[in-house]
Amino acid sequence: MMTQLKQIISVTAMNLRSLPQRLAASVVAVIGVGAVVGVFAGVLSMASGFEKTMLSAGSEGTAIVIRAGSSSELSSGIGNNQVQVIAEAPGVVKNEQGAILSAELFVLVDIAKKSNNQDGNVPLRGVQAGAFQVRDNIAIVEGRMFDTGKNEMVVGRAAQQTFSGLDVGSVIPFGLTEWTVVGIFENDGSVSESELWTDVRVLQSIYRRGNSFQSVRVKLESPEAIEAFTDFLKEDPRIDPDVYSEKAFYSQQSETLATFIRVVGYPLTVLMAIGAIFGALNTMYSSVSARGKEIATLRALGFGPLSILTSTIIESGALAVLGGILGGGLAWLFLNGYTVSTLNGASFSQVVFDFAVSPDLLVQGLIAAVIIGLVGGLFPAIRAVRIPVSAALREL
Amino acid sequence: MKYFYLVWKSIWRKKVRTILTVLSVLVAFLLYGLLSAFNQAFRGGVDIANASRLVTIDKISLINPVPASYQQKIRAVPGVKQVAMSNWFGGYYQDKKAQFAQFPVNPETYLEVYPELILPDDQKEKWFSTRDSAIVGRDLVNIYGWKIGDRIPIHSEIWTNESGSQVWDFEIAGIFDTDDPRGSTALMLFHYKYFDEGRAFAKGNVGWYVVTIDDPGRAAEIANAIDTQFANSPNQTKTSTEAAFAESFLKQFGNIALIVRLILTAVFFTILLVAGNTMAQSVRERLSELAVLKTLGFVNGGVMGIVLAESILVMLLGGLIGLGSAWLLLVMLAKQTAAVLPGLMLSNEALVTGVLLMVLAGIVAGVFPALRAMRLTIVEALART
Repeated sequence: MMTQLKQIISVTAMNLRSLPQRLAASVVAVIGVGAVVGVFAGVLSMASGFEKTMLSAGSEGTAIVIRAGSSSELSSGIGNNQVQVIAEAPGVVKNEQGAILSAELFVLVDIAKKSNNQDGNVPLRGVQAGAFQVRDNIAIVEGRMFDTGKNEMVVGRAAQQTFSGLDVGSVIPFGLTEWTVVGIFENDGSVSESELWTDVRVLQSIYRRGNSFQSVRVKLESPEAIEAFTDFLKEDPRIDPDVYSEKAFYSQQSETLATFIRVVGYPLTVLMAIGAIFGALNTMYSSVSARGKEIATLRALGFGPLSILTSTIIESGALAVLGGILGGGLAWLFLNGYTVSTLNGASFSQVVFDFAVSPDLLVQGLIAAVIIGLVGGLFPAIRAVRIPVSAALREL
Repeated sequence: MKYFYLVWKSIWRKKVRTILTVLSVLVAFLLYGLLSAFNQAFRGGVDIANASRLVTIDKISLINPVPASYQQKIRAVPGVKQVAMSNWFGGYYQDKKAQFAQFPVNPETYLEVYPELILPDDQKEKWFSTRDSAIVGRDLVNIYGWKIGDRIPIHSEIWTNESGSQVWDFEIAGIFDTDDPRGSTALMLFHYKYFDEGRAFAKGNVGWYVVTIDDPGRAAEIANAIDTQFANSPNQTKTSTEAAFAESFLKQFGNIALIVRLILTAVFFTILLVAGNTMAQSVRERLSELAVLKTLGFVNGGVMGIVLAESILVMLLGGLIGLGSAWLLLVMLAKQTAAVLPGLMLSNEALVTGVLLMVLAGIVAGVFPALRAMRLTIVEALART
């Protein structure tokens, strides 16, 4: 057993030390695997970054109510009398002023992206004073809160960075009305930061929405309170609601796009990985054939087939892992934190998010690299062991 | 061509190596085929846009309504031929997750504005004369199996009708096709009147107008004239050509084309390395053989040509099989994605570009080994062995 191990170690060490002699072919294998892992991490970091942004907005302790059958706030509608019903429901946190809730209006406005000067559907949300209490970790970080009754707005940090003309003090015309940006808010990089907020009353009158809203968020006494809350509303004939925890709501809103990216990303990686396996096989076959005489000599000296086999696989594995680290590292270096914005079909509005090359993705990428390396090394290794010693020694 | 046999024989000198190279080229061009088809399908609306059609929407946002009274005013703008109206209905049939487009329209004007929609005359008449009837596109019929005369309930996420329900009933009066294979027919059209009289709120508005004009060359001028007309009203408009409208919508998703291009670049770079390395190895091993060719009287350029031809041939072999497989896969996929992503197919342009890429890749991968083969001096090469 010990001799086996020693043999493996010494043959492997010899292989690895002689790598510079096969530099070109080895570099090709490394780059091949690197490209696979880089593309994999790059594409899927979009899905994970998008989900991170969407899901970090969701609290279990906040419930969101929309009209039954609506899949988004945009298509929902809730009357003021229904908001009163929601305010009376059990499980809602109350203080001196009453229930902690925010009835909101969700519309879109066209604002140009800084990157390409093309209009995007930017969400403009009319909120009530409770908006900052039903959401966690949200605060005005620059300027001040809007005054009620005025055409003033506060904008999310991500929106301010992505769309033009949203700095504090800017004036933006929407139709015949002009709006002033008076503050910037942050919310842990969540999807709320892609939005512009204003007083819901002002928005209702400008959009001629009477006294109607599209969604109501309430602060729950505990995450479990959502059941009693939902049951109460479902039984009340005055309202026909769909109730979600904020977390469930946003995870549903992010599902389609994240799934789409994954459905494209994984098969893409598999295909590229197959291509890289062919590349690795090529490299290792030529490595084995270049060392044909050497291997035969070793075997003539009494080195067992196991040591030859293992060392070849390790060589290929090492090249692949190197490629994996390179590809993953480059993806992390250049893409992690890269900010983009896209149209989320589920809400028909722009969501600003950062690519997230997560440790998870890097590990998956490395696993792919190891698989490529093992498969790419196995068959050449078997050939190395199989060629009769006498034949190999006679080769050129 | 007379050296084809020689080239063919030499690429199969090391079977395993050539097969592996061909396979990795195959994968690269399979990816190329799939990605360019997806890219093109995403751009579909832009490429098939009609240059003499304009789209007028609310200036603040596409989701805001525009007064129905604008139709006559737009019609009166010089250069305008016809104006059709449309609105988002946001509905689905049975499965909430499978939404498709339904538009309430003025049947006569809509078909005038979209002449590419093909509907038999008897069905057209039936649709025009039946208030609660609808026509559906072939793609939808393929999915839901509807027949003419069926009554179908469509659930709208937005529109409540006056009976307080969000379910609207329609009779299918006809099934339409389109004469452009890239166009989608995953669409349902019904009477705006039926919709506007039936809905519980927001009556008298439309979602957007589609305007046809006499002279595509004057598109910008006419668009401007339309918008100026409403500049001082509470509902200002934004008019653009159909292509610009589609393009700007596409841009909302971010730069898909760039991402596709980056991936393809990574793939091609890798493949070139693999193939270039293979060619270099193959030339290195055959130095003496190449020297013998030269001894037999092959000129320098001839030897170089043979090596280059080998490299190009390997690329073509893998590339054509790869593109072929992509084409097959897309034909199978296209049926399933017709409703979500219509026009998923390999264009002639993508095919030609693909073949050019194969030749180019062959040249890049083979040029250094080929130069080496050309510069080879017979004495040195033979002395090596």
